[in-house]
Amino acid sequence: MKKIVKTSKKPSRIEQKKQVVLGSLKSLGEQIYSQLSERQWPSVRMPSRSINNIRYDQKTRQYILGEQSVKRSARNIRHVRPLTQLVWTGSFVDELSREGKTSTLRDVFYSAQAYEMSFADQAESDDIITDLETIIGHSREDFNVFPEERSAIFGDLTIQYTVRGYEGKELNLASHPDGMMIGPALTNAEFAECKADKIIAIEKGGLFTRFIEERVHEKYKAILIHTAGQAPRATRSLIRRLNQELKLPCYIFCDADPWGMHIANVIISGSANAAHLRDLNTPDAKWCGVWASDIVDYKLPSDPLTDLDIKRLYELDKDPRYAGQLWKKEIQAFLKIKRKAEQEAFSRYGLAFIVDKYLPAKLKEMS
Amino acid sequence: MALQEVFQEISAADFFYRNRDIAGFTNPTRAIYSTIRELVENSLDACETRQIPPDIYLRISHESGPTDGPGVYRIHIEDNGIGIPHDIIPSAFGQVLFGSKYKLRQTRGTFGLGGKMAILYGQITTHGFATIMSSTGPTKIHHYDLTIDIQKNKPVVLKHKTYSNENRWHGAAIEFSTEADYTRAMSKILDYLMETAIVAPYATITYVDPRGRLYRFDRGTTQMPKPPEETLPHPYGVDVETLKRLIDLTQERTLVGFMRTHFHRVGRTIATSFLEQVGLPARKNPKKLAPDEIVRLVNAMKSYKFLAPDASCLSPLGEELLEAGIKKELSPEFIAVYQRKPSAYSGFPFIVEVGVAYGGQIETGGGIKLFRFANKIPLLFDEASDVSWKVVNTEVDWRHYKVTPDMPIAVFVHICSTKVPYKTVGKEFIADRPDVEREVLNALREVARRLSLFLSKKIHIAHDKHRLDVFQKYLPKIASFSTKLARKAKQPDVSPLLRSVLKYEEDSEDEQEA
Repeated sequence: MKKIVKTSKKPSRIEQKKQVVLGSLKSLGEQIYSQLSERQWPSVRMPSRSINNIRYDQKTRQYILGEQSVKRSARNIRHVRPLTQLVWTGSFVDELSREGKTSTLRDVFYSAQAYEMSFADQAESDDIITDLETIIGHSREDFNVFPEERSAIFGDLTIQYTVRGYEGKELNLASHPDGMMIGPALTNAEFAECKADKIIAIEKGGLFTRFIEERVHEKYKAILIHTAGQAPRATRSLIRRLNQELKLPCYIFCDADPWGMHIANVIISGSANAAHLRDLNTPDAKWCGVWASDIVDYKLPSDPLTDLDIKRLYELDKDPRYAGQLWKKEIQAFLKIKRKAEQEAFSRYGLAFIVDKYLPAKLKEMS
Repeated sequence: MALQEVFQEISAADFFYRNRDIAGFTNPTRAIYSTIRELVENSLDACETRQIPPDIYLRISHESGPTDGPGVYRIHIEDNGIGIPHDIIPSAFGQVLFGSKYKLRQTRGTFGLGGKMAILYGQITTHGFATIMSSTGPTKIHHYDLTIDIQKNKPVVLKHKTYSNENRWHGAAIEFSTEADYTRAMSKILDYLMETAIVAPYATITYVDPRGRLYRFDRGTTQMPKPPEETLPHPYGVDVETLKRLIDLTQERTLVGFMRTHFHRVGRTIATSFLEQVGLPARKNPKKLAPDEIVRLVNAMKSYKFLAPDASCLSPLGEELLEAGIKKELSPEFIAVYQRKPSAYSGFPFIVEVGVAYGGQIETGGGIKLFRFANKIPLLFDEASDVSWKVVNTEVDWRHYKVTPDMPIAVFVHICSTKVPYKTVGKEFIADRPDVEREVLNALREVARRLSLFLSKKIHIAHDKHRLDVFQKYLPKIASFSTKLARKAKQPDVSPLLRSVLKYEEDSEDEQEA
């Protein structure tokens, strides 16, 4: 049993991060305010997110932004509107964070209309949120803007809420057999107590439920996470925290195709779209399957790869995030057998096979 | 028995009666338009001859028959022109081809034909008579009721009365009935009057239509163009028939004298050298020329290098009056007018005057609106066959002058000449003679250049206004949101920044006024 010791004097990590984000928002306001007070055209500078300024950093094992930066100045007629939107968004999320409320991207889009500066469309408002992330250096979840998509978690981890109205309340994440949604409250929760010693991330909902039914969390002392396809940022950030704060190793299971492979890779190495953000990836997480070689070794029922699948494999082969030996080997294996398989394919050997035979074999091989 | 062809002489009135199409009286719609046009033009000519600012009163009233097709209408027109001497009123209105327009000078009509055609058409369609009242200004006003004897080409006076003229009125009033399809002709008649008001800005035209509606086109100026001077014919434009008539008329006993007296810009030296080249003796009596010698003379006149005709016989409107006309009828935002120097085609002098206007009552959409005028007459039909249409639509690259099809732009082309090169007898469109085409193109390029300056300024100002609007909308918002975000109490003042945008705009406005 692992009890996380907290000293009451020192603010929690969640609280610290919140203060950092609020501070960054405030200093953005102060910068613009002082420019205006000095009769200067207000402007902000931020790293460029253009494709030629994104590079792969070997040290952090993720995509990061290069040296190029862009300036958004109110003096430029084409910039004055986006700059206004940026400052508005800043003041909007500042208020959200201080009141402990959350919002969605869609909410932000509609809320702007109350200030007679509506966004042309959702894409424009999403862009401004991304600008704000770039300037503040934190993911939108850190300033309380959450996406619609949700994934789930299940396991013997006790969390302590920090959200308004629930402060200090604790909850064991094994208390509901469907798992718990990874929403704003859970994302902002502190870890109180953890009996698990590993994380198993699963792409498919069906298999996640199977793992709970087969009591994988007890048999393997694991926290189970359902990524629901490509893992949302909040989920990726949670996996990282479990890995960094609680030192839990992470094992990822996805479908045996280029798309499943990439779900695992983004958890490990991050995405190019989030190159302006840190602390979203878990470089030490392990991709455990299903591999192309597993299709052969376990004689799994499979389907032929489509042209699109093959094209994607060639793209991934050139991607710096796929430089590792395992990735290279499995890409070649896919291209050789030209077959793909779903995680559920193990059901051919009975419902318990994946938990009783395949999982222990993989965990042993990877740790 | 051998068949014998019967030759029969017909009178000029008979000829025009049988061929009324050529004078523009094809059908009841066209006829009423031509009637109005001819009468208004005669009235304008009668005033301009002595630089009297014209006051024209026109009334059309419905008499009988349908109003949605050909019916009978009564026409009444009055002017304050020079009037017609009472002894020639019967022939002036009751005899086709009698008129004052045989000499060469720029007038609206050519033969003095149109007004009589209008009366003739009224007579043959309604069997009525025409009433003419006129005075040249002394103590009497003469009243004639008359018809035309078509076969004899003679006026028949039904009644002649005189009234005392205490107010020393001068002018003419004409009234008669005619068949017309007014409803279908209405829009063309109104266009005609409006365009006449543009090209004769010194005239006041009052019109009461068959439904009693009053249209009034007030004069915008009392300044009048210089009246055209009569000139002798230029040798280039003379044909065998004209030459024969001149020979009949002449008092001169020698060919040299004949050439000097009857032709424009021909002096002793030129006459002598010309006759030498033709091979006719200078001292020969012109009345003794043999028919083949007359033909030789006419042919030689076309090839010999005579001095170009001078333009004193032309009466252009002038830039100032053209501008005044456009301004008063369309009140545009911008006008540019330009008059070319006199030029000549086939020995006939001509002057091209053009204008371009933007905005005001000019309609948007449908491209550039073209107004065509010849000798101060608006041309309303067959636009696409006209030389000006060709130049405006196919030769001027309007995009080069920043013009886009959605702009409210009108182009005005006035061609004046002793002989306007109409393509057909209908006199509605002008032939694309290369000399005329070149003059129109050069003139239009000049006004288009000025238009493009105006448009760039306008685009510039619109751009600045847009800039200011954008900054005015967003800068205060930036100030308010950043104040909130920085948790400050007092909002920073953005007016200095806005003023710097404003200053930019004021600068460009000053530029425009200068």
